[in-house]
Amino acid sequence: MKRSEEVKKNKEGCLLISWRNLPCGAILTDTKKIRENKTGAWRSYRPIYDEKKCIQCLSCWIYCPDSSIIVKDGKVVGINYDYCKGCGICASVCPKKVQAIKMEKEKK
Amino acid sequence: MKKIVAKTGNEALAFAMKQIAPDVVAAYPITPSTEVVYTFSSFVADGEVDTEFVAVESEHSAISACIAAAACGARAMTATASQGLALMHEMLFIASALRLPIVMAVVNRTLSAPLNIHCDHSDSLASRDSGWIQLFCANSQEAYDTLIQAVRIAEECYLPVMVTIDGFILSHCMERIEVLSDEEVKDFIKEFKPNYSLLDVDNPITVGPACLPDSYFEHKRAVAEAMRESLPVIEKVSREFGERFGRYYDIMEGYETKDCEVAIIAMGSTYETATVAVDNLREKGEKVGVFKLKTFRPFPHQKILKELREIPVLGVLDRAEPLSSYGGILYTEIRAVLADEKKKPLTASYIYGLGGREITPEEIEEVFEELFLIKEKGKSKEEVGYIGVK
Repeated sequence: MKRSEEVKKNKEGCLLISWRNLPCGAILTDTKKIRENKTGAWRSYRPIYDEKKCIQCLSCWIYCPDSSIIVKDGKVVGINYDYCKGCGICASVCPKKVQAIKMEKEKK
Repeated sequence: MKKIVAKTGNEALAFAMKQIAPDVVAAYPITPSTEVVYTFSSFVADGEVDTEFVAVESEHSAISACIAAAACGARAMTATASQGLALMHEMLFIASALRLPIVMAVVNRTLSAPLNIHCDHSDSLASRDSGWIQLFCANSQEAYDTLIQAVRIAEECYLPVMVTIDGFILSHCMERIEVLSDEEVKDFIKEFKPNYSLLDVDNPITVGPACLPDSYFEHKRAVAEAMRESLPVIEKVSREFGERFGRYYDIMEGYETKDCEVAIIAMGSTYETATVAVDNLREKGEKVGVFKLKTFRPFPHQKILKELREIPVLGVLDRAEPLSSYGGILYTEIRAVLADEKKKPLTASYIYGLGGREITPEEIEEVFEELFLIKEKGKSKEEVGYIGVK
């Protein structure tokens, strides 16, 4: 059996859902589509990053389960709120003496 | 030249695993399958096989590691039994729905409580609906051959496969086993070319996404189709194995069933015990036969119809008690297959051998006598029969 069958699309380029043309094992290969699925909406706490306090240990980048820490040229430059779910792991792994990331209540 | 060795069922499985040489084996030892893992891990430690052996802290982690490895495009295998398989339960569904070709040796053992380490089929039958192909073996030779075939079956169907042997009865008994050479095995199972890998950073994918009511149903339907289509693959692979190595196995086999008036059907090692009973009764001129169901999932309903429709009386032996108040699992499934037929056997359900209780040829002869009584009366036995219960 073929591992992944060709995924059929309608005129607008949307997936036609039928058991016959879904990818085998529900594998998603369309990374563009996945990016559109923004998962930050259900956040109740928001991490606030302070560039001045940051010592660039990159612990937050390592531990973030949603790859939401933006790193450019080897340095943390901010947080991608489209995907950050507000779990607070970045704030908790930020060294205690530094505290470059603080969690604040999300304003609706 | 044939190479013949003396091995226990577990050693035969471990030896087949060594020849298959999977990329990853993640396992946690549990009686009676411990020997599979420790024998295999000694092969790894001695450098006889180049497998990444992951010693995990539970069976849940063992199957999780196998799922992750298989999603990375690796050949992954494990072995377990009883509570271990039960602890894997939720992950079994994930393995099949993600269509990962994992192969697992299951050494059948009863489920607690009361605590018991001996054989019955309650562990693998409890995993019946998890989307794994289930192959029951009657002896260690068959287990060795089937484990090698299972790799091909899994990788052609993209479904996980369980190969089972009866705990202690086969797992700890030494038998004469004909083994293939490493090259023959390698040549038979071929190289695994996965269509994707989680580690391929140039082609990123998402494995295990959320599928809400708009698409979950369709994915399950696709797995159901894959299960249906796996039956001809199982037949094809075992036929090819037979042609190459001279040992043939069918999805369902019979012994002295051509002209039989009453027959029984069973899974696992009991088939061989029953052939002794059949021989004894045939000597006395009684027309009896026994069937072995090897492929329990997918359920080979057409083969069952073809083989069993003409039998006047059929006793179904289940080595598990589903506590349904109606009969064994195999019994209800076979009866359902036959339900709409005009010509069908009178049936009787027998539960036997729970928790490792022995079943003897004499007891099976008694079952045959009871089936002859049913034939005389012309009426199915409605109540469940328990063989050997005190």
